[in-house]
Amino acid sequence: MRNAANTLIWPASTFVLALILTVVPMPDTAAAFRPDWAALIMIYWTLLAPERFGLMTALFLGLAVDTLSGALLGQNALAMLIITYVGLKLHLRLRFSPISQTTMTVFGMLSAYEFVLFWVDGVAGRTVPYSERWMPVLTGTLLWLLLRGALDRVRRQDQARIST
Amino acid sequence: MNAPGGIGGGREVSSLGLRFSLLAVISLVSMVVDHRDDHLSQVRHAFSIAVYPIEIAVNFPFKTWRWATISLAARTTLLSENAELKGAQLNYDGRLQRMAALEAENIRLREMLDSSARVDDRVLVAEILSVDLDPYRQHFLINRGLKDGVYIGQALLDANGVVGQIVGVEVFTSEAVLISDADHAVPVSVNRNGLRTIAIGTGDSGRLRLPYLTNSADIEVGDLLVSSGLGEVFPSGYPVGRVLKVERRPGQSFAEVIAEPAAELDRDREVLLVWSEEDPDNQYGTVKLVESE
Repeated sequence: MRNAANTLIWPASTFVLALILTVVPMPDTAAAFRPDWAALIMIYWTLLAPERFGLMTALFLGLAVDTLSGALLGQNALAMLIITYVGLKLHLRLRFSPISQTTMTVFGMLSAYEFVLFWVDGVAGRTVPYSERWMPVLTGTLLWLLLRGALDRVRRQDQARIST
Repeated sequence: MNAPGGIGGGREVSSLGLRFSLLAVISLVSMVVDHRDDHLSQVRHAFSIAVYPIEIAVNFPFKTWRWATISLAARTTLLSENAELKGAQLNYDGRLQRMAALEAENIRLREMLDSSARVDDRVLVAEILSVDLDPYRQHFLINRGLKDGVYIGQALLDANGVVGQIVGVEVFTSEAVLISDADHAVPVSVNRNGLRTIAIGTGDSGRLRLPYLTNSADIEVGDLLVSSGLGEVFPSGYPVGRVLKVERRPGQSFAEVIAEPAAELDRDREVLLVWSEEDPDNQYGTVKLVESE
Protein backbone atom coordinates (compact mmCIF):
# COMPACT_ATOMS: atom_id res chain seq x y z
CA MET A 1 0.00 0.00 0.00
CA ARG A 2 1.40 3.35 -1.01
CA ASN A 3 1.27 5.88 1.77
CA ALA A 4 1.23 9.42 0.43
CA ALA A 5 3.04 10.83 3.44
CA ASN A 6 5.96 8.50 2.96
CA THR A 7 7.21 10.01 -0.26
CA LEU A 8 8.80 13.41 -0.08
CA ILE A 9 7.60 14.69 -3.44
CA TRP A 10 3.92 14.77 -2.56
CA PRO A 11 4.20 16.85 0.64
CA ALA A 12 6.81 19.15 -0.93
CA SER A 13 4.53 19.82 -3.89
CA THR A 14 1.61 20.66 -1.59
CA PHE A 15 3.83 23.18 0.23
CA VAL A 16 4.89 24.75 -3.07
CA LEU A 17 1.28 24.82 -4.26
CA ALA A 18 0.25 26.53 -1.03
CA LEU A 19 2.95 29.18 -1.56
CA ILE A 20 1.78 29.73 -5.15
CA LEU A 21 -1.82 30.12 -4.01
CA THR A 22 -0.64 32.62 -1.39
CA VAL A 23 0.51 35.11 -4.04
CA VAL A 24 -1.51 34.25 -7.15
CA PRO A 25 -3.34 37.41 -8.31
CA MET A 26 -7.02 37.64 -7.44
CA PRO A 27 -9.61 40.34 -8.08
CA ASP A 28 -9.58 42.97 -5.32
CA THR A 29 -12.94 41.89 -3.95
CA ALA A 30 -11.85 38.25 -3.64
CA ALA A 31 -8.37 39.02 -2.29
CA ALA A 32 -9.71 39.75 1.19
CA PHE A 33 -11.18 36.22 1.29
CA ARG A 34 -7.94 34.48 0.37
CA PRO A 35 -7.40 31.78 3.01
CA ASP A 36 -4.04 31.27 4.68
CA TRP A 37 -3.09 28.41 2.38
CA ALA A 38 0.32 27.83 3.89
CA ALA A 39 -1.14 27.65 7.41
CA LEU A 40 -3.80 25.17 6.28
CA ILE A 41 -1.29 22.89 4.59
CA MET A 42 0.97 23.12 7.63
CA ILE A 43 -1.88 22.10 9.96
CA TYR A 44 -2.73 19.26 7.59
CA TRP A 45 0.78 17.80 7.58
CA THR A 46 1.30 18.38 11.30
CA LEU A 47 -1.78 16.32 12.07
CA LEU A 48 -1.06 13.70 9.41
CA ALA A 49 2.68 13.17 9.88
CA PRO A 50 3.79 14.96 13.06
CA GLU A 51 7.00 12.94 13.23
CA ARG A 52 8.14 14.39 9.90
CA PHE A 53 6.70 17.89 9.69
CA GLY A 54 7.25 19.89 12.81
CA LEU A 55 8.60 23.18 14.03
CA MET A 56 11.52 23.47 11.59
CA THR A 57 9.19 22.99 8.62
CA ALA A 58 6.88 25.63 10.11
CA LEU A 59 9.76 28.07 10.54
CA PHE A 60 11.00 27.73 6.96
CA LEU A 61 7.52 27.73 5.45
CA GLY A 62 6.65 30.84 7.46
CA LEU A 63 9.83 32.61 6.36
CA ALA A 64 9.04 31.71 2.73
CA VAL A 65 5.57 33.26 3.12
CA ASP A 66 7.17 36.34 4.71
CA THR A 67 9.57 36.77 1.81
CA LEU A 68 6.87 36.22 -0.81
CA SER A 69 4.30 38.54 0.70
CA GLY A 70 6.75 41.25 1.74
CA ALA A 71 5.87 40.91 5.42
CA LEU A 72 8.36 41.41 8.22
CA LEU A 73 10.82 38.51 8.20
CA GLY A 74 9.46 36.30 10.97
CA GLN A 75 5.85 37.48 11.08
CA ASN A 76 4.27 34.49 9.37
CA ALA A 77 7.01 32.28 10.81
CA LEU A 78 5.98 33.09 14.38
CA ALA A 79 2.30 32.54 13.61
CA MET A 80 3.13 29.27 11.86
CA LEU A 81 5.26 28.09 14.80
CA ILE A 82 2.44 28.74 17.24
CA ILE A 83 -0.20 26.81 15.31
CA THR A 84 2.25 23.98 14.60
CA TYR A 85 3.06 23.73 18.30
CA VAL A 86 -0.65 23.50 19.09
CA GLY A 87 -1.08 20.95 16.30
CA LEU A 88 1.77 18.79 17.60
CA LYS A 89 0.29 18.92 21.09
CA LEU A 90 -3.19 17.99 19.94
CA HIS A 91 -2.66 15.75 16.94
CA LEU A 92 -3.46 12.46 18.70
CA ARG A 93 -6.72 13.78 20.08
CA LEU A 94 -7.64 15.53 16.85
CA ARG A 95 -7.12 12.54 14.59
CA PHE A 96 -9.78 10.57 16.38
CA SER A 97 -12.21 13.28 17.40
CA PRO A 98 -15.46 14.03 15.53
CA ILE A 99 -15.29 16.37 12.60
CA SER A 100 -17.16 19.18 14.36
CA GLN A 101 -14.53 19.25 17.10
CA THR A 102 -11.61 19.16 14.66
CA THR A 103 -13.12 21.95 12.62
CA MET A 104 -13.61 24.10 15.70
CA THR A 105 -9.96 23.52 16.66
CA VAL A 106 -8.77 24.45 13.18
CA PHE A 107 -10.96 27.55 13.36
CA GLY A 108 -9.19 28.44 16.59
CA MET A 109 -5.76 27.78 15.10
CA LEU A 110 -6.46 29.94 12.03
CA SER A 111 -7.83 32.69 14.27
CA ALA A 112 -4.64 32.56 16.31
CA TYR A 113 -2.63 32.71 13.08
CA GLU A 114 -4.45 35.82 11.86
CA PHE A 115 -4.27 37.36 15.31
CA VAL A 116 -0.48 37.06 15.41
CA LEU A 117 -0.23 38.69 11.94
CA PHE A 118 -2.63 41.41 13.04
CA TRP A 119 -0.80 41.99 16.29
CA VAL A 120 2.63 42.24 14.63
CA ASP A 121 1.21 44.66 12.03
CA GLY A 122 -0.14 46.76 14.86
CA VAL A 123 3.13 46.78 16.80
CA ALA A 124 5.09 47.59 13.65
CA GLY A 125 2.79 50.55 13.02
CA ARG A 126 1.30 49.39 9.73
CA THR A 127 -2.16 50.58 8.80
CA VAL A 128 -4.54 47.63 8.55
CA PRO A 129 -8.31 47.33 8.35
CA TYR A 130 -9.93 45.42 11.23
CA SER A 131 -13.00 43.70 9.83
CA GLU A 132 -11.70 42.14 6.60
CA ARG A 133 -8.84 40.64 8.55
CA TRP A 134 -11.00 37.73 9.78
CA MET A 135 -12.36 36.65 6.39
CA PRO A 136 -9.41 34.28 5.71
CA VAL A 137 -10.27 32.45 8.94
CA LEU A 138 -13.79 31.69 7.69
CA THR A 139 -12.75 30.63 4.18
CA GLY A 140 -9.85 28.66 5.65
CA THR A 141 -12.14 26.76 8.01
CA LEU A 142 -14.48 25.89 5.13
CA LEU A 143 -11.52 24.67 3.10
CA TRP A 144 -10.44 22.59 6.06
CA LEU A 145 -13.55 20.43 5.63
CA LEU A 146 -12.30 19.48 2.16
CA LEU A 147 -8.77 18.82 3.40
CA ARG A 148 -10.17 16.76 6.24
CA GLY A 149 -11.78 14.44 3.69
CA ALA A 150 -8.38 13.77 2.16
CA LEU A 151 -6.88 13.33 5.63
CA ASP A 152 -9.51 10.72 6.51
CA ARG A 153 -8.82 8.74 3.35
CA VAL A 154 -5.12 8.54 4.07
CA ARG A 155 -5.81 7.58 7.67
CA ARG A 156 -8.01 4.70 6.53
CA GLN A 157 -5.16 3.56 4.31
CA ASP A 158 -2.87 3.68 7.34
CA GLN A 159 -5.24 1.58 9.41
CA ALA A 160 -5.72 -0.92 6.59
CA ARG A 161 -1.96 -1.32 6.38
CA ILE A 162 -1.59 -1.79 10.12
CA SER A 163 -4.35 -4.42 10.27
CA THR A 164 -2.93 -6.47 7.39
CA MET B 1 13.24 19.21 8.40
CA ASN B 2 12.78 16.46 10.95
CA ALA B 3 10.94 17.32 14.10
CA PRO B 4 9.76 14.44 16.21
CA GLY B 5 6.52 15.49 17.82
CA GLY B 6 5.62 15.24 21.44
CA ILE B 7 4.04 11.83 21.15
CA GLY B 8 5.57 9.94 24.03
CA GLY B 9 6.77 10.69 27.53
CA GLY B 10 7.23 13.92 29.47
CA ARG B 11 10.85 14.42 28.41
CA GLU B 12 9.93 14.66 24.74
CA VAL B 13 7.04 16.98 25.46
CA SER B 14 9.23 19.40 27.37
CA SER B 15 11.85 19.31 24.63
CA LEU B 16 9.10 20.19 22.16
CA GLY B 17 8.16 23.16 24.31
CA LEU B 18 11.79 24.17 24.57
CA ARG B 19 12.35 23.96 20.83
CA PHE B 20 9.17 25.91 20.20
CA SER B 21 10.24 28.69 22.57
CA LEU B 22 13.68 28.84 20.99
CA LEU B 23 12.33 29.10 17.41
CA ALA B 24 9.64 31.58 18.46
CA VAL B 25 12.31 33.80 20.03
CA ILE B 26 14.37 33.50 16.83
CA SER B 27 11.44 34.67 14.71
CA LEU B 28 10.64 37.48 17.15
CA VAL B 29 14.23 38.71 17.10
CA SER B 30 14.27 38.42 13.33
CA MET B 31 11.15 40.58 13.10
CA VAL B 32 12.53 43.25 15.40
CA VAL B 33 15.85 43.38 13.54
CA ASP B 34 14.11 43.40 10.17
CA HIS B 35 11.82 46.22 11.27
CA ARG B 36 14.51 48.42 12.73
CA ASP B 37 17.53 47.87 10.57
CA ASP B 38 18.86 46.39 7.42
CA HIS B 39 21.10 43.73 8.95
CA LEU B 40 18.98 40.87 7.67
CA SER B 41 19.25 41.80 4.00
CA GLN B 42 21.52 38.81 3.34
CA VAL B 43 18.96 36.41 4.83
CA ARG B 44 16.19 38.11 2.89
CA HIS B 45 18.19 37.87 -0.33
CA ALA B 46 18.79 34.15 0.24
CA PHE B 47 15.08 33.51 0.80
CA SER B 48 14.12 35.70 -2.13
CA ILE B 49 16.29 33.61 -4.44
CA ALA B 50 14.66 30.47 -3.04
CA VAL B 51 11.13 31.75 -3.68
CA TYR B 52 11.94 33.44 -7.01
CA PRO B 53 10.86 30.34 -9.02
CA ILE B 54 7.46 30.55 -7.31
CA GLU B 55 7.07 34.19 -8.33
CA ILE B 56 8.02 33.31 -11.88
CA ALA B 57 5.60 30.36 -11.89
CA VAL B 58 2.77 32.59 -10.66
CA ASN B 59 3.54 35.32 -13.17
CA PHE B 60 3.97 32.94 -16.13
CA PRO B 61 0.30 32.23 -17.04
CA PHE B 62 -0.56 35.93 -16.86
CA LYS B 63 2.44 36.86 -18.95
CA THR B 64 1.53 34.17 -21.50
CA TRP B 65 -2.04 35.41 -21.59
CA ARG B 66 -0.93 38.98 -22.32
CA TRP B 67 1.47 37.73 -24.98
CA ALA B 68 -1.30 35.62 -26.53
CA THR B 69 -3.79 38.49 -26.62
CA ILE B 70 -1.22 40.61 -28.46
CA SER B 71 -0.15 37.93 -30.92
CA LEU B 72 -3.70 36.81 -31.65
CA ALA B 73 -5.16 40.31 -31.95
CA ALA B 74 -7.02 40.90 -35.18
CA ARG B 75 -5.13 42.68 -37.96
CA THR B 76 -7.65 45.53 -38.10
CA THR B 77 -7.26 46.17 -34.38
CA LEU B 78 -3.50 46.34 -34.77
CA LEU B 79 -3.81 48.66 -37.78
CA SER B 80 -6.10 51.07 -35.98
CA GLU B 81 -3.89 50.96 -32.89
CA ASN B 82 -0.88 51.67 -35.09
CA ALA B 83 -2.59 54.66 -36.70
CA GLU B 84 -3.54 55.94 -33.24
CA LEU B 85 0.03 55.60 -31.98
CA LYS B 86 1.40 57.35 -35.06
CA GLY B 87 -0.96 60.23 -34.43
CA ALA B 88 0.12 60.43 -30.80
CA GLN B 89 3.78 60.23 -31.84
CA LEU B 90 3.33 63.18 -34.21
CA ASN B 91 1.65 65.12 -31.46
CA TYR B 92 4.53 64.41 -29.06
CA ASP B 93 7.17 65.22 -31.68
CA GLY B 94 5.57 68.60 -32.19
CA ARG B 95 5.57 69.29 -28.46
CA LEU B 96 9.12 68.00 -28.12
CA GLN B 97 10.40 70.55 -30.65
CA ARG B 98 9.05 73.29 -28.45
CA MET B 99 10.47 71.50 -25.39
CA ALA B 100 14.01 71.67 -26.80
CA ALA B 101 13.79 75.41 -27.15
CA LEU B 102 12.18 75.80 -23.73
CA GLU B 103 14.80 73.59 -22.11
CA ALA B 104 17.62 75.64 -23.59
CA GLU B 105 15.92 78.79 -22.40
CA ASN B 106 15.39 77.29 -18.95
CA ILE B 107 19.06 76.36 -18.62
CA ARG B 108 20.08 79.86 -19.72
CA LEU B 109 17.71 81.51 -17.25
CA ARG B 110 18.88 79.22 -14.45
CA GLU B 111 22.48 80.09 -15.25
CA MET B 112 21.56 83.75 -14.99
CA LEU B 113 19.95 83.07 -11.62
CA ASP B 114 23.00 81.05 -10.60
CA SER B 115 20.99 77.96 -9.65
CA SER B 116 21.80 74.42 -10.75
CA ALA B 117 20.11 73.23 -13.92
CA ARG B 118 18.05 70.08 -13.92
CA VAL B 119 19.81 67.28 -15.72
CA ASP B 120 17.88 64.63 -17.63
CA ASP B 121 16.83 61.71 -15.48
CA ARG B 122 17.96 58.22 -16.44
CA VAL B 123 15.16 55.65 -16.62
CA LEU B 124 14.77 51.89 -16.97
CA VAL B 125 11.56 50.06 -17.90
CA ALA B 126 10.41 47.49 -15.35
CA GLU B 127 7.58 45.02 -15.62
CA ILE B 128 5.09 44.62 -12.78
CA LEU B 129 4.88 40.95 -11.83
CA SER B 130 1.42 39.46 -11.47
CA VAL B 131 2.02 38.50 -7.86
CA ASP B 132 -0.33 39.55 -5.07
CA LEU B 133 1.36 40.73 -1.91
CA ASP B 134 -0.35 41.62 1.35
CA PRO B 135 -3.97 42.50 0.41
CA TYR B 136 -4.10 45.23 3.06
CA ARG B 137 -1.28 47.26 1.59
CA GLN B 138 -0.77 48.58 -1.92
CA HIS B 139 2.57 46.97 -2.59
CA PHE B 140 3.67 45.26 -5.77
CA LEU B 141 6.63 43.43 -7.20
CA ILE B 142 8.71 44.46 -10.24
CA ASN B 143 11.16 42.36 -12.22
CA ARG B 144 14.22 44.51 -11.51
CA GLY B 145 16.46 44.16 -8.50
CA LEU B 146 19.98 44.47 -7.16
CA LYS B 147 21.37 43.21 -10.46
CA ASP B 148 19.94 46.28 -12.23
CA GLY B 149 21.15 48.72 -9.59
CA VAL B 150 17.75 49.40 -8.04
CA TYR B 151 17.96 51.03 -4.62
CA ILE B 152 15.57 51.62 -1.75
CA GLY B 153 13.74 54.92 -2.12
CA GLN B 154 14.00 54.98 -5.91
CA ALA B 155 11.07 56.68 -7.64
CA LEU B 156 8.76 54.91 -10.09
CA LEU B 157 6.88 56.67 -12.89
CA ASP B 158 4.55 55.67 -15.67
CA ALA B 159 3.61 57.52 -18.85
CA ASN B 160 1.32 59.87 -16.92
CA GLY B 161 3.02 60.56 -13.64
CA VAL B 162 4.46 59.36 -10.36
CA VAL B 163 3.55 55.78 -9.46
CA GLY B 164 5.40 55.05 -6.24
CA GLN B 165 8.75 54.20 -4.74
CA ILE B 166 10.91 51.17 -4.01
CA VAL B 167 10.74 49.87 -0.44
CA GLY B 168 12.62 46.58 -0.72
CA VAL B 169 15.29 45.32 -3.09
CA GLU B 170 16.03 41.64 -3.64
CA VAL B 171 18.40 40.11 -6.15
CA PHE B 172 16.02 39.69 -9.10
CA THR B 173 12.96 41.58 -7.92
CA SER B 174 12.03 44.67 -5.94
CA GLU B 175 9.03 45.56 -3.86
CA ALA B 176 7.44 48.93 -4.44
CA VAL B 177 4.66 50.90 -2.78
CA LEU B 178 2.04 52.94 -4.65
CA ILE B 179 1.62 56.61 -3.79
CA SER B 180 -1.99 55.75 -2.90
CA ASP B 181 -0.94 53.36 -0.11
CA ALA B 182 -2.35 54.49 3.22
CA ASP B 183 1.17 54.67 4.69
CA HIS B 184 2.69 56.72 1.88
CA ALA B 185 3.10 60.45 1.39
CA VAL B 186 4.49 62.52 -1.49
CA PRO B 187 5.68 66.12 -1.17
CA VAL B 188 3.89 68.02 -3.95
CA SER B 189 3.45 71.54 -5.18
CA VAL B 190 0.53 73.05 -7.04
CA ASN B 191 1.69 73.67 -10.60
CA ARG B 192 -0.32 76.85 -10.99
CA ASN B 193 1.15 78.78 -8.06
CA GLY B 194 3.89 76.68 -6.49
CA LEU B 195 1.96 76.12 -3.24
CA ARG B 196 3.70 73.27 -1.42
CA THR B 197 1.93 70.53 0.52
CA ILE B 198 1.89 66.78 1.03
CA ALA B 199 -0.30 64.23 -0.77
CA ILE B 200 -1.11 61.21 1.40
CA GLY B 201 -2.46 57.90 0.13
CA THR B 202 -5.88 56.64 1.15
CA GLY B 203 -5.63 52.93 0.37
CA ASP B 204 -7.87 53.54 -2.66
CA SER B 205 -5.82 53.70 -5.86
CA GLY B 206 -7.99 56.50 -7.27
CA ARG B 207 -7.68 58.91 -4.32
CA LEU B 208 -5.04 61.01 -2.59
CA ARG B 209 -5.63 63.20 0.45
CA LEU B 210 -4.13 66.67 0.96
CA PRO B 211 -4.86 67.20 4.65
CA TYR B 212 -2.48 70.06 5.37
CA LEU B 213 -4.13 72.86 3.40
CA THR B 214 -5.87 75.64 5.26
CA ASN B 215 -9.31 76.92 4.32
CA SER B 216 -7.74 80.01 2.82
CA ALA B 217 -5.18 78.13 0.72
CA ASP B 218 -5.22 78.99 -2.97
CA ILE B 219 -6.23 75.66 -4.45
CA GLU B 220 -9.00 74.88 -6.93
CA VAL B 221 -10.60 71.85 -8.49
CA GLY B 222 -8.57 70.82 -11.53
CA ASP B 223 -5.22 72.08 -10.23
CA LEU B 224 -2.29 69.94 -11.31
CA LEU B 225 -0.06 68.69 -8.49
CA VAL B 226 3.56 68.01 -9.38
CA SER B 227 6.28 66.44 -7.25
CA SER B 228 8.13 69.20 -5.44
CA GLY B 229 11.41 67.35 -5.05
CA LEU B 230 11.44 67.97 -1.32
CA GLY B 231 12.15 64.79 0.59
CA GLU B 232 14.64 63.89 -2.13
CA VAL B 233 12.88 60.70 -3.20
CA PHE B 234 10.82 61.88 -6.15
CA PRO B 235 12.55 64.06 -8.72
CA SER B 236 10.80 67.42 -8.99
CA GLY B 237 8.37 68.38 -11.72
CA TYR B 238 6.58 65.09 -12.43
CA PRO B 239 2.76 65.07 -12.31
CA VAL B 240 1.36 63.43 -9.18
CA GLY B 241 -2.35 64.12 -9.48
CA ARG B 242 -5.17 66.50 -10.19
CA VAL B 243 -7.42 68.05 -7.55
CA LEU B 244 -10.89 66.48 -7.63
CA LYS B 245 -12.63 68.11 -4.73
CA VAL B 246 -12.01 71.08 -2.44
CA GLU B 247 -14.30 71.40 0.54
CA ARG B 248 -13.69 74.41 2.72
CA ARG B 249 -15.20 73.69 6.10
CA PRO B 250 -16.07 76.77 8.13
CA GLY B 251 -15.14 76.26 11.78
CA GLN B 252 -12.26 73.96 10.95
CA SER B 253 -8.79 75.14 10.16
CA PHE B 254 -8.04 72.68 7.37
CA ALA B 255 -9.91 72.19 4.12
CA GLU B 256 -10.74 68.74 2.82
CA VAL B 257 -8.91 68.34 -0.46
CA ILE B 258 -9.03 65.15 -2.53
CA ALA B 259 -6.92 64.52 -5.62
CA GLU B 260 -6.87 61.83 -8.25
CA PRO B 261 -3.47 60.30 -9.09
CA ALA B 262 -2.17 61.20 -12.53
CA ALA B 263 -0.62 57.77 -13.08
CA GLU B 264 -2.93 54.88 -13.86
CA LEU B 265 -2.09 53.12 -10.62
CA ASP B 266 -4.40 50.14 -11.01
CA ARG B 267 -3.90 49.59 -14.73
CA ASP B 268 -0.13 49.76 -15.18
CA ARG B 269 1.77 46.77 -16.50
CA GLU B 270 5.06 48.58 -16.93
CA VAL B 271 6.69 51.31 -14.90
CA LEU B 272 9.81 53.44 -15.25
CA LEU B 273 12.55 53.34 -12.65
CA VAL B 274 14.19 56.76 -12.34
CA TRP B 275 17.74 57.55 -11.42
CA SER B 276 17.64 61.26 -10.80
CA GLU B 277 20.73 63.44 -10.96
CA GLU B 278 21.43 63.36 -7.25
CA ASP B 279 21.47 59.66 -6.34
CA PRO B 280 21.66 60.21 -2.62
CA ASP B 281 24.25 58.14 -0.81
CA ASN B 282 22.18 57.97 2.33
CA GLN B 283 18.99 56.69 0.75
CA TYR B 284 17.71 55.29 4.00
CA GLY B 285 17.38 58.62 5.72
CA THR B 286 15.34 60.10 2.91
CA VAL B 287 13.06 57.06 2.63
CA LYS B 288 12.24 57.24 6.30
CA LEU B 289 11.45 60.91 5.91
CA VAL B 290 8.80 60.24 3.31
CA GLU B 291 7.43 57.02 4.70
CA SER B 292 6.74 58.22 8.19
CA GLU B 293 4.17 60.78 7.04
